[in-house]
Amino acid sequence: MKKGISCIFLILMLLFLYVPVIILAVYSFTDAANIGVIHGFSLENYKYLFTSPELLSMIGGTLLLAVGSAVLATVLGTIGAIGAFYAKTRTGNCVNVVNQVPVVNADVVTGFSICILLIVVMGVDKDSYIPLVIGHVVLSAPFVYLSVMPKLKQMDNSIYEAALDLGATPAQALFKVLVPLLMPGILSGFVMAVTLSLDDYFISTYTKPATFDTISTYVVNATKGSQTDVKTALWALSTLIFLMVIALVVFMNLSSNKDVARGKEGRRSDKI
Amino acid sequence: MNRFRFTRKQLAIPYMVFLLLFVVMPLLVIIYFAFTNGDGQFTIANLITFFTNANTMGTLVYSAAVSVVSTLTCLLLAYPAAYILARGPWKHKSVLMMIFVLPMWINFTLRITALKEMLSVLEENLAYYPFWNTVIGMTYDFLPFMILPIYSTLVKLDDSLLEAAADLGAAPWQIFLKVTLPLSVPGIVSGVMMVFLPSMTNYVVLDMLYNSTYIMGSLIGSYFSADDWHNGSMIALILLTIIFTVSVVAGRYEDENMGNRGGALL
Repeated sequence: MKKGISCIFLILMLLFLYVPVIILAVYSFTDAANIGVIHGFSLENYKYLFTSPELLSMIGGTLLLAVGSAVLATVLGTIGAIGAFYAKTRTGNCVNVVNQVPVVNADVVTGFSICILLIVVMGVDKDSYIPLVIGHVVLSAPFVYLSVMPKLKQMDNSIYEAALDLGATPAQALFKVLVPLLMPGILSGFVMAVTLSLDDYFISTYTKPATFDTISTYVVNATKGSQTDVKTALWALSTLIFLMVIALVVFMNLSSNKDVARGKEGRRSDKI
Repeated sequence: MNRFRFTRKQLAIPYMVFLLLFVVMPLLVIIYFAFTNGDGQFTIANLITFFTNANTMGTLVYSAAVSVVSTLTCLLLAYPAAYILARGPWKHKSVLMMIFVLPMWINFTLRITALKEMLSVLEENLAYYPFWNTVIGMTYDFLPFMILPIYSTLVKLDDSLLEAAADLGAAPWQIFLKVTLPLSVPGIVSGVMMVFLPSMTNYVVLDMLYNSTYIMGSLIGSYFSADDWHNGSMIALILLTIIFTVSVVAGRYEDENMGNRGGALL
């Protein structure tokens, strides 16, 4: 009896979380312009999505930005964590505290403050993409730092020393010993950085060139506009992303790489 | 030998420079802009404007209302869910939990689009219930972030404590109120933080659900569109103050080693 109520509650919660996305998925395969009316099967939305140069370049740009900023954030966050871990306690603590600022801060404030510094005060041209990339790196590097740090704490320090004793130069010991040992943390940081960048709206709005759109800013603009074919093509995009996320999660569970699986959940939990 | 010697500490330098330039500097610039006017003269006019203008004060109140109601809704839904997931007789808890948090990997603007389409069918016109639509939107967006930390504290809960309470004669409801609930406070606090602060600032949810009322975040957006950097900075500074006050207060109630691993169980 008690188990029955529990099950019903969980199912209701899952319905709340999934029904909107699934309805949108079903309607993305019809020629309906609105939810509610039953229409015939159609792949028109997917065809539009993959043939519209505007949508394709928007998606490509979003992915490029996500991967590019994630690479930068991963390099910076990783060396930052290694450096801070071995630095004097006071320096290390300082870095820890400042690193926490973008994590706790609201994205609106982070984006706006970077916009003021780079664009208003320093006069950097928005069209150079520099503010946008820096903004995304500021957003995600601290999370890379936070996911590498625990790996450093778990690591046996004598391995690095042994490498030096056996004649490795410090740089060799770093790249051949330290970095491979930290790889799980670095990888999960990278995945987190990619998802953070893909999900971001606020930092992009305040720092992006006027002609460039990420998925988030594009979707928000499209809701304000009245172009039906764009609107329904975005349903198709949402469905594709939904399916890819499911595939990714299944794949990660199968390959049981727990560290990568942490990816995004870490985000808000790290916000504290 | 006066040659440059590489040590691991030196790796911190680029990251420190980066943090200094793009995290600390922007905050200093925000403070400077908040207390100056267009001519660069010191002024507290921006601060006074915010606290004496009926519109901005109304925004603060509305924003607080949205945040409080959304957070409570999330908590009321998430606590039982997390409890059932963590304490129930499930074989694959982590897989079940994964299903609950999977939606947050989908871009939030697309998720809100889906919600909007569904709500507009159910309600015919979204303009009838702007406040409640916003609460539903925030709940829909942030619910997994509330479930996750509560789940992680509950799943770690030591069973022997509950058994001891039962042996000492506590009724099930007493065990829950006096043992389980107090021990899950760190998770609740983390969850509340993850919902309360974003619901003050995520104005895209309101925009997309056609709620034209402002919350705190929308003020920054509108000053940004108007190129009013000084008033915008003042709002950013006020938000920063709220965020850091809440974080420091909440930090006291949080499990010391919770911070990093909300998702570690997956």
